[in-house]
Amino acid sequence: MKFLSIWTPDPKTARLPPSKEYMEEMGKLVEESMKAGTLLATGGLLPVSRGGARVRSSGGKITVIDGPFTESKELIAGFAILQAKSKEEAIEAAKRFHKVAGDGESELRQIMEGPDGDFATR
Amino acid sequence: MTATETHRTIDAVWRIESARLIAGLTRIVRDVGLAEDLAQDALVAALEQWPESGIPDKPGAWLMATAKHRAFDLLRRDKMLERKHVEVGHELEARQEMAAPDLDAAIDDQVGDDLLRLVFISCHPVLSSEARVALTLRLLGGLTTEEIARAFLVPEPTIAQRIVRGKRTLAEAHVPFEVPRGDELVARLSSVLEVLYLVFNEGYSATAGDDWMRPQLCEEALRLGRILAELVPEEPEVHGLVALMEIQASRSRARVGPSGEPILLLEQDRGRWDQLLIRRGLAALERAGELGGLNGPYALQAAIAACHARAHTGSETDWARIAALYGDLVQLVPSPVVELNRAVAMAMALGPAVGIELVDALTSEPSLKNYHLLPSVRGDLLSKLGRLDEARVEFERAASLTRNERERALLLERAAASAPR
Repeated sequence: MKFLSIWTPDPKTARLPPSKEYMEEMGKLVEESMKAGTLLATGGLLPVSRGGARVRSSGGKITVIDGPFTESKELIAGFAILQAKSKEEAIEAAKRFHKVAGDGESELRQIMEGPDGDFATR
Repeated sequence: MTATETHRTIDAVWRIESARLIAGLTRIVRDVGLAEDLAQDALVAALEQWPESGIPDKPGAWLMATAKHRAFDLLRRDKMLERKHVEVGHELEARQEMAAPDLDAAIDDQVGDDLLRLVFISCHPVLSSEARVALTLRLLGGLTTEEIARAFLVPEPTIAQRIVRGKRTLAEAHVPFEVPRGDELVARLSSVLEVLYLVFNEGYSATAGDDWMRPQLCEEALRLGRILAELVPEEPEVHGLVALMEIQASRSRARVGPSGEPILLLEQDRGRWDQLLIRRGLAALERAGELGGLNGPYALQAAIAACHARAHTGSETDWARIAALYGDLVQLVPSPVVELNRAVAMAMALGPAVGIELVDALTSEPSLKNYHLLPSVRGDLLSKLGRLDEARVEFERAASLTRNERERALLLERAAASAPR
């Protein structure tokens, strides 16, 4: 099964710009995970103020919000698509990521893969 | 964390770490069977201790340290029995103290090499094809005997036997724990690719049973293929096979209907194809091309799969190119099954009348005598030609030959649809 992980760093401890050591360690982790076949795709997200927006539809009316957003959304964040055999395995991968990434939060969501959403687990 | 949660976490850790653990231990004890036993012992220790102590910060390192400890105990005991001198024990202990940190460093440096050695030993030609599959899934995939048995619809003791015998065969043949070189590397690699291909195919179109697909086997083969591609990045056929598997897997969710029924390629909702996997597949195929390997059997099959992946609708499919690629493939691996596929592509490119001629030429082929896809293809072409009575007979025959229940149901449906109204 596949999981989407969306990471948001803790604004209290996040360092901008990230240190050289941090970037090196993160690069190493990404390379290792790619090689292990557990990381299928990943990328960093720029702060919303730099080219982001929110499109919202409510009662059929669409509104576009360019900002401002809460502080955490102004930080560099990231996403990853993980390949895992179980939720626990995806959680393990996220734990490893956090050991390098530091404080913050990763939200894991299983990607729907079958007609009824749980094809992979059937 | 509850005990159940801890156990599930241990499962996950095992899955991530076991191959590297077994590979590293095989380097020390030079016996893959013993290495696996030691790794299993460490797992048992974790299952006993972690629910109490909590999960260690570096679970992989914990498992390795525990297993290595036992390995040295065993090695020392063996030496003592051998020489029957207690002093030797002391001496070895002292040597071990000195050697241990170096071993750690060596293991860290050579994780990739060890894994690759483990891949080659699990797919070694002294083993039967079935043993290779079982050992690969067990030692590299970290699957339990029960999981492998379930995936192949074989009783658990049968798989256990295959694994035990396989390990014994390796020990008796004194198969070295090494990466083959030169010409041997290519030959041995093809044995490894064959195992992955077999596992993938069994998952993609299960030969028997109630499910049309067993995605877990596909995922496993794909995961091992991705790892292998990074371990031997210079070998084009590895990228060819990975490309083939990525692209085929991209269609998984479109291949099954709401109640588990198969949906054939041209009827699939292409919007449900996984574009991420297609992109990865096309990139892998490109890598095979950069290495000059577009003419290998896996790369050719991947190129065929890519033709489908690139077509936004069924009618956009470049059937002429697909037929040509099958033509190249049949030169490389002469096989009536490939001929049959070529006939299907020719029929799509030039019409059913051309196709039926090619297919009819294959009906006397002894190896296709019980192959359900021959009457299935023939039935399809006959029904396109309006020869419905003949088509029905062919679909019924195909249904009687398949061992997959889902496929049988589909073929019987087509037979019924071919009945004169």
